Amino acid sequence: MNVKINLNGKDIEALIEPDMLLIDFLRSQGCFSVKRGCDTSNCGLCTVLADEKPILSCSVLAARMNGHCIVTLEGLQKEAQGLAEFIADQGAEQCGFCNPGMMMNAIALLKENAHPSDEEILDYLAGNLCRCSGYEGQLRGMKAYIAYLEQGKENS
Amino acid sequence: MLDIKNYVKVQSLEEAYELCQDRKNIIIGGMLWLKMQNRSVETAIDLCDLGLDTIVEKENEIHVGAMVTLRQLEQDHLLNDYTYGAMKESVRHIVGVQFRNLATVGGSLFGRYGFSDVLTMFMALDAYVELYHGGIIPIQEFANMRPTPDVLVRIIIKKSPLHVVYMSQRNTKTDFPVLTCAVSQINSDYTCTIGARPLKAVTFKDENHLLDSSLSDESIEALANDIAQKAVFGSNLRGSADYRRRISKVLIRRAFQQLREEKKS
Repeated sequence: MNVKINLNGKDIEALIEPDMLLIDFLRSQGCFSVKRGCDTSNCGLCTVLADEKPILSCSVLAARMNGHCIVTLEGLQKEAQGLAEFIADQGAEQCGFCNPGMMMNAIALLKENAHPSDEEILDYLAGNLCRCSGYEGQLRGMKAYIAYLEQGKENS
Repeated sequence: MLDIKNYVKVQSLEEAYELCQDRKNIIIGGMLWLKMQNRSVETAIDLCDLGLDTIVEKENEIHVGAMVTLRQLEQDHLLNDYTYGAMKESVRHIVGVQFRNLATVGGSLFGRYGFSDVLTMFMALDAYVELYHGGIIPIQEFANMRPTPDVLVRIIIKKSPLHVVYMSQRNTKTDFPVLTCAVSQINSDYTCTIGARPLKAVTFKDENHLLDSSLSDESIEALANDIAQKAVFGSNLRGSADYRRRISKVLIRRAFQQLREEKKS
C-alpha cells in the first residue's frame, strides 16, 4: 500500500507492507537514531514525535501514520545538541544507547511544559529505561538545561 | 510476531462491524497488546478515521470515544474534575507517556484484561459501554460477557453525585499492577472494585452496611477485612494470592480514608 508521510519536514511517498511498523519505515528512510531496544513497548528507545506527540514507533503501524507528520532526532539536531551537552556534563551518558529516545521524550516534555517540577520530569521520562544510570544524572542534566534556557530568555 | 495481510481505515461503524464478523479480522485499537501476540490477521481494522477520539460532555452524561488515548484520559479536565483526579491516577503509572499516547480506552476495555487499571476505574464509575450492534450495556455486564464480534463505540458515564479514589500497587514503576483498587460513592451507595487479582476486576457493594455514615476507621477496617476475605485472588509471577489479599486490605483502607477526606473538602 501507498503512504504519504511528512518526515522531518519533508514529504515522503512510499510503498509499504500493511504490517510494516513505523520504526522499520523510519529506519528504511535512513533515520537510524530510531532504535529497537525491547520490542515489548516498554523501553522508550524508539520514541518519535507524531503530530508533536511522543509515541513508540515500534508499536504503531506505518500505515496509520499516512498523512501525519513524524519528527525523529535527525530532525531536531539543534535542540538535541543543546540538551545532550547538559546530560553529558552530568556524566549521565554511559553506554549512550538510551539517549536518542530519552532526548526525544525530554524535548516533547519541554514542548508541553516549559517549567516542569522534578516530579513532572521523572513522571514524563518514566517510560525511558536506562540500565547504566539511576536516572539522577539525567534529572540533573535536564534541570541544568532548563535553567540555561531560562537564562537565555532573561538575557535576550 | 503480528502478521497483517490487509489494513483498512474504515469509513463507518457499519464497515467496521461487517469486517469484524470474520474472525480472521480484528479491530486493532491502539495495537499495543495485539502486537505482543503471535498471530496472523487477515484484515486489521483501524477506527482512527471515525472521530471517536473525543471526550464530550452531555447534559447528564460524559461520552468517551473508543479511540480516546489513555493520555487523553490523564489530561482531560472534565473527567478529572468529575473524578477528583482518580482518572489520572488510574492511568499515569501505565508504562510511559509515549505508550499512553497510543493505547486507547476502547482497546483497554474490549480485551477485559485482568491487569487493566482502566477497567477497574470505569467499573468504579459504574459506566456503560456502547456497542455498535449490542447497544448500551452496563460495564459490569460487559466485563463478564464473552467477547463478541462487535464494535465498541464509546463509554458513557452517567453523571451522579460521586466521590471516587483510585489506588494501585506495583512492584516497580511503569510495570503491570499487582493489585488495583477503586472505591466510590455514587449517590449514597459505596462500592469497592478490585482488579489485577490477577483475574479481572470485580465490584463489591457494601451490602451489609459495614460502613458508618462518618466513614470511621473501624467501619472501614471492617469492610476492608470483609472484602479481602470474600474476594478471589490468584498467584502469578508478580505476587501470590495471599500477598494480594493482604495488600487489598491496605489499599481498601487507604482508599476509603482518602475518600473520607475528599468528602470533607
